[in-house]
Parts: sequence; structure tokens; C-alpha cells
Amino acid sequence: MELRLSTDLYTQVTSHLESTFPNEGGGFLVGNLNGDTRTVTEIHPVENVFETEEQFHRFLAEDGAFQRIEDYADDHGLTLLGYFHSHPNSPAIPSEFDRVHALPFFAYLIVSVMPDGAAEGRLWELKSDRSAFDEGALTIQ
Amino acid sequence: MATIKIPTPLRPYAGNNAEIEVNGETVGAILDDLTGQFPELKTHLYNGGELRNFVNIFLGDEDIRYRDGLDTDVEPGDKLRIVPSIAGGC
Repeated sequence: MELRLSTDLYTQVTSHLESTFPNEGGGFLVGNLNGDTRTVTEIHPVENVFETEEQFHRFLAEDGAFQRIEDYADDHGLTLLGYFHSHPNSPAIPSEFDRVHALPFFAYLIVSVMPDGAAEGRLWELKSDRSAFDEGALTIQ
Repeated sequence: MATIKIPTPLRPYAGNNAEIEVNGETVGAILDDLTGQFPELKTHLYNGGELRNFVNIFLGDEDIRYRDGLDTDVEPGDKLRIVPSIAGGC
């Protein structure tokens, strides 16, 4: 899988994730699907509603966000391509918690955020047997 | 006959359909009919015999956990929706 974002959209992603540091932040990726290539045309940050004291290593999207953004994408001829979230003070590698809660097909953009700002961003996709993630190609241009 | 909306990530396992017509008098029977039509969905909806804890089923605007769970009655024409909780962690 390849995920393409403009520099401006990727900056919107990292700016949001820096704003929630030291807690996790996240949101949805909406855009166009063309074979194995996904082009993000907009991002939709959402609130983290996990228990406050656990938000430094956990993210849960607010109630209703999935339905609202999926309906928006469907109504506008777009596709809900996946979601992004931060790993504060941790590498951009999916955790076991990520795997257990992951969905197939979705593009999982994980960004490592450190005290001095966003670090590496990496793209992942759950294998269809749910056993692990495969890394995809993240293209920012 | 009721309809169930499939979340985008699971549409490839449901013939790329956004909505499926399903039969059943309870939510459990509806899901049995759905996974009978599209067996590949089972892996992503169930862990053993239980719905995965991040899989939520809505009947109209209401989560069935606040009704009678899988025993919740379904009437012809009802609209159901599969809504995954989106979570992550490090």
C-alpha cells in the first residue's frame, strides 16, 4: 500500500499530534482510492476520549466520530482511507494494543512525537489474518 | 428484510458493498445471515464466538449493548450499522 499526502496535509497531522503531546492524539484520513494507492485529500482530527490518566499511551476516538466522518466521505464520493495517531515518546511502530484493535484495509499512519516535536512517521496495514502489520510506503510531497 | 451498513474497512470482505440486505428477527440472527453471505467478515467481527470488543452494532442510533445485545429484536425495514471503535496505543 502507498499513502500519499501533500506536505501541507502532513504538517496538519504533525501539528495536531504535537498539540496533544504528551498525550496521544489522532484522527481520520479521507481521500481517494486508486488500486493500492491512497491519496489523502483531507484530515479530520478527533478528540481522544480514553481515560485521561492513560492518554499518554492510549487513544480512543470520540463517540460518533467514525459514523460522522464515514458518512461525510460516502456522501462526497470520497473514501475513509484510515486513521493517524501519535506514539508520544515512543517509536512509530504498531503496538500489540494497536494490532488487537486494528481493522484490515485501513491505512494506519503512526507518528512518533518527542518533547522537541514530531519525529518519524510510518505507514502500516493489518494483514488480512490479523496476525501482524505490513509496512507501507508513505509519500509526502 | 433489514439493511446493515458495513464500515469502510470491512467492505472489501463484503463484496465492496456499503449496505447489505439481511434477514433475521434479532441482531444475532442478522449477523449470522450477514456472515453466511460473506464468511470472510467473521474473522474481523468475532473472536471465537464473541463479537470483538471494538465491534459495536447500532440499531438506528442506538448501540445494542444498551438494548438486549444480540437478542435485540429487529423489525423489517430496520437499519443497522457496524461501527468499529477506533483505538490505538504505544
